Amino acid sequence: MTARRAILLGAGGLLLWLSFSSAAHAGMLEDAVQGLASSSEDKVEDSIRSLGTLDDARAWPALDALSDDRLRVGADGKVYIWDSKTHDAKDPITLAVVQAPRPLKEVEVSNEIRRVAGPVLAQLRLGSPSAGERLAAAEELSKAGDAEATTLLHKALDREKDPKVRDALTLAVARVDLASPSADARVGALQIIKKLGNDEFLSAVQRMVSKNDQGQFNEPDAKVRAAAQEVVDAIAGQQRLVSVVGSLLHGLSLASVLLFAALGLAVTFGLLGVINMAHGEMLMLGAYSTYAVQTFFQAHMPGAFRWYLLAAVPVAFLVTMLVGMLLERTVIRHLYGRPLETLLGTWGISLGLIQTVRLIFGAQNVAVANPDWLAGGIEITHGLVLPWSRIGVIGFVIVVAAGVWFLLQKTRLGLYVRAVTQNRAMAACMGISTKRIDMWMFGLGSGIAGLGGVALSQLSNVGPELGQSYIIDSFMVVVLGGVGRLAGAVAAALGLGVVNKILEPLAGAVLGKIAVLAFIILFIQRRPQGLFAIKGRVDA
Amino acid sequence: MSALADVLAHVGARMGEMHSRRGWLLLAVFALLIAVVVPAVAPAYLVPLLGKFLCYGMAALAMDLLWGYAGILSLGHALFFALGGYGMGMYLMRSMAGEGVYRSELPDFMVFLDWHKLPWYWHGFQSFGFAVTMLLVAPGLLALVFGWLTFRSRIKGVYLSIVTQALTYAAMLLFFQNATGFGGNNGLTDFKRILGWPLQAPQTKTILYVASAIALVGTYLLCRFVVTSKLGRVLRALRDAELKTRFCGYESTNYKLFVWVLSAMLCALAGALYVPQVGIINPSEMQPSNSIEMAIWVAVGGRGTLTGALLGAWLVNGGKSWLTAAFPSAWLYALGGLFVLVTLFLPKGIVGAGGPLVEWLAKRRAQAAAPPPVAEPVKQEGT
Amino acid sequence: MSVAESTAPPEEIEPPLGQHGSEEGPHPTTVAPPIMLWAENLTVSFDGFKALDDVTLLLDRGELRCIIGPNGAGKTTLMDVITGKTRPSEGSVYLESRLQNLTQMSECQIAELGIGRKFQRPTVFQGHSVFENCELALKGAKGVFHSLFARLSKADRERIEEVLETIGLADLRNRQAGLLAHGQKQWLEIGMLLAQNPKVLFIDEPVAGMTQPEMERTAELFRSLAGKHTVVVVEHDMEFVRSIARKVTVLHEGRVLAEGPMDVIQKNERVIEVYLGT
Repeated sequence: MTARRAILLGAGGLLLWLSFSSAAHAGMLEDAVQGLASSSEDKVEDSIRSLGTLDDARAWPALDALSDDRLRVGADGKVYIWDSKTHDAKDPITLAVVQAPRPLKEVEVSNEIRRVAGPVLAQLRLGSPSAGERLAAAEELSKAGDAEATTLLHKALDREKDPKVRDALTLAVARVDLASPSADARVGALQIIKKLGNDEFLSAVQRMVSKNDQGQFNEPDAKVRAAAQEVVDAIAGQQRLVSVVGSLLHGLSLASVLLFAALGLAVTFGLLGVINMAHGEMLMLGAYSTYAVQTFFQAHMPGAFRWYLLAAVPVAFLVTMLVGMLLERTVIRHLYGRPLETLLGTWGISLGLIQTVRLIFGAQNVAVANPDWLAGGIEITHGLVLPWSRIGVIGFVIVVAAGVWFLLQKTRLGLYVRAVTQNRAMAACMGISTKRIDMWMFGLGSGIAGLGGVALSQLSNVGPELGQSYIIDSFMVVVLGGVGRLAGAVAAALGLGVVNKILEPLAGAVLGKIAVLAFIILFIQRRPQGLFAIKGRVDA
Repeated sequence: MSALADVLAHVGARMGEMHSRRGWLLLAVFALLIAVVVPAVAPAYLVPLLGKFLCYGMAALAMDLLWGYAGILSLGHALFFALGGYGMGMYLMRSMAGEGVYRSELPDFMVFLDWHKLPWYWHGFQSFGFAVTMLLVAPGLLALVFGWLTFRSRIKGVYLSIVTQALTYAAMLLFFQNATGFGGNNGLTDFKRILGWPLQAPQTKTILYVASAIALVGTYLLCRFVVTSKLGRVLRALRDAELKTRFCGYESTNYKLFVWVLSAMLCALAGALYVPQVGIINPSEMQPSNSIEMAIWVAVGGRGTLTGALLGAWLVNGGKSWLTAAFPSAWLYALGGLFVLVTLFLPKGIVGAGGPLVEWLAKRRAQAAAPPPVAEPVKQEGT
Repeated sequence: MSVAESTAPPEEIEPPLGQHGSEEGPHPTTVAPPIMLWAENLTVSFDGFKALDDVTLLLDRGELRCIIGPNGAGKTTLMDVITGKTRPSEGSVYLESRLQNLTQMSECQIAELGIGRKFQRPTVFQGHSVFENCELALKGAKGVFHSLFARLSKADRERIEEVLETIGLADLRNRQAGLLAHGQKQWLEIGMLLAQNPKVLFIDEPVAGMTQPEMERTAELFRSLAGKHTVVVVEHDMEFVRSIARKVTVLHEGRVLAEGPMDVIQKNERVIEVYLGT
């Protein structure tokens, strides 16, 4: 016969054999799955073992359902997987929803069965077509350190191609090897852990370098102990790094909120010379505006709920800006040039604002939820998650700060403001309406604080006294940064926020805050004009 | 002999500077009223409340001395008030050693925190004399150090006010911590006795009240002495034109320091008398808003006039007591409104506004009696 | 005017004998040093701009010196440095016996040593009476505890009355200083200065805003002061300067341009240029 014919015949025969054997295989799979519902425990265990031998990942859902009490037997005697959420019966292998003849009887599972099913489950999962599933299985096994799983793991490692899953499997093997009788194997395992491991291994490895009740090291071999100590140090170092970066980010986000408050204050205090003790309440009003917008969306536009935050930004800005402008017109305008009186008067207003909010929204904290696109975070390394909300706040404040800078430096309004700040009389002579400028600037300062409130609502609790805790910090920022310069406020806010958070793990939150305050008090003694003051004599 | 006569003449002259004869008479009547009449007629449950008001009056006088006369607005004076209170509280806790819930030599809260011995700074407070000395000296020292650092850097005005706020805030945070050893956020409470007398007994309450009244009158006299002396004139000069005062040869830092420390110690004394009458001292007594409220008492009554400070303290606190009972949610509006109204319309306070009013009335009278020239501004006969 | 000319040393013109107002003759004795104030090589720079550039001022005991110059010449800065309000970057100031360098001292210490100053704008204590103003300025112990227990002695009272007579405000002794007319406030301030009994008086623009008769009274006052006190007057008003001046120092752009008797200075070409040019 010709070569072509031979190949065709061969291929045909191969195909035939494959389909026949796969059919046979499929048949065996179905039988084994069916056997899971058998009334005889021995038969169940046999079925489980044959599922292991078949090593077909399609059997995993059925076996998992068995362990989970989700396997049912229909009136026709066939096995189904039960979805308790949708109340559907599914085919155990194809997972298609089918009409199962009722009544559906639960399949009873004993602990013995579960024990037998365990390793087979792991094995099947390790063979899953999905890399994610395999990774999850490997990680679970690496936590368990189950010696029985060793052969499984080695088998899986041999055929695994995905690098992440390989690493996870290698780690799993290493964990098991930690208890190996061979010292070399233990050292090898430790080296793998040092390279790939994380703080979940810490307790196991630390046990090796510590002493037991009789005063002897748990790990007899000194070489192995040395390797173990290296691992402990490496993990500790990693933990410190995670903690530092986490603190830094936390500090940055705290600094962002502080920066919002301080930016606004730098405008009203630094440019206009007004001490506004109600400034903290602008933050609070911004946060409550966000809450109100959220409530509105929940009630009237639930479908668009995830966008409520975008609507809250302009609302909060407008509300606080208007309140600020109203304040300026009615009270503050009449107190220009009398800073102490302004301080006291605005304090009184802050009391009124807090009480009003209490009466409208209640004295308890209100819940403002993160929209879904702000939830969660980026995982940098194991244990270090950068929340999206904090990143968002930092980004937001950068945008706003840039906007304010642009407004002041590049627009006509900004030019007028700077003129009024530097020489009010002269600016008035040139036809600039200083009264209008004052009002708009005060409104802007308050509005910026309102935006800070929006940011704050995403990060922490919202209550009527929200503003009080920020007012002292904001003033410290402005005093530290120097009056009259926005750059100073920025630098000081960043510094304070970060330093506060860095001191926290060292000295505790409260003592950290006290240290910062003490530092500022002493700093001001040495340099009363602040970090970036406009040069000249120090006048209060 | 002539030396004695000199001294007596000096004293007499000084007394004349402090008050006119009518003024001394009014003062005597007032002193009798608050120290004798009131405790005799007031119902027993009111006595501690009134005693509390007397202590507030003392604190207001201290504030006015500093703000009205020296122009230094401290927004952290509640700290000194609280420190004085803590000092007294420590004595009261030590005096009931062994009688607390845990029947221990240590105060209850220390036992609760699993401490086994008394911290070093609690030693000595079982003696009343020591306690009284310390509750004056410690705040005084703190004021001295803080004031020296601040005034010598020429920090004044609003910056000073903000920095004092920071000081009291930091102290409050510190005292809220259990580790600081002053009872954490519960503070010191459940007092039983003072100098052997049970605190709950009506006689003790009356005695404490009378002691407060005497202290108030004493404080008033001391403040009056200071402000009518040359030192008082220098202080006012410093307030109005510091540079000029320095050019006249007065070291402003020393003068400010003097009145600052004196004011702090008077406040501490007020706090010390306050605590046995209210029965508790905790860190919220140091909160920033308390100091700001003290400022409004003086602003309402009229700063730069000692009587104004007393008036303001009593009016505002009286209003607070009434409103918080009758219309609780309105109190904060009332207080806030008070701040706004006083700063906008009554910058000199009630008594301060009275001065020009009296002048104006006197002018009218003079004009009616004799036509121009206009009479000189009537020298206010003060109390 | 070229730079070279302005940096040339000031023209020292010896006044004819007898023009000194001092009690001592022109020759120094060993008892009281004839030079009251040595302000030498003072330089003050703000951010590179030199408000004073190597200025030397020597005051004879009891003389009446006028300092004139266009705006920004450094007259007020010179006073600031000598009285302790500003620290110079270079230079030194000594009183009489050259014991202490005044540039290291504070305003109060310098005031206590005997240098008094009257500011450009009348700075009196508005809330105090005329009498109290003088009392506060009166020479004497200025410490805290002394002030607490102080009483005015008879001698003190008499001294204050004397001062009040000199400045012509004796009738207004109980008037609140804030209620005085502008010219009266100027005199009160001068009176306060006299009460301090300083050795050297620095007076910054005493007649600004005064009427002609007020100016004449002030000129008389200053003339009577010279001899007992060393007086330095900074003024713009040339009429007034002419009426009181013995020796005049002209400042320009932070340097001493010329120094000498008024009539010689008036004819100095450079001075004319500088004044006419402004």
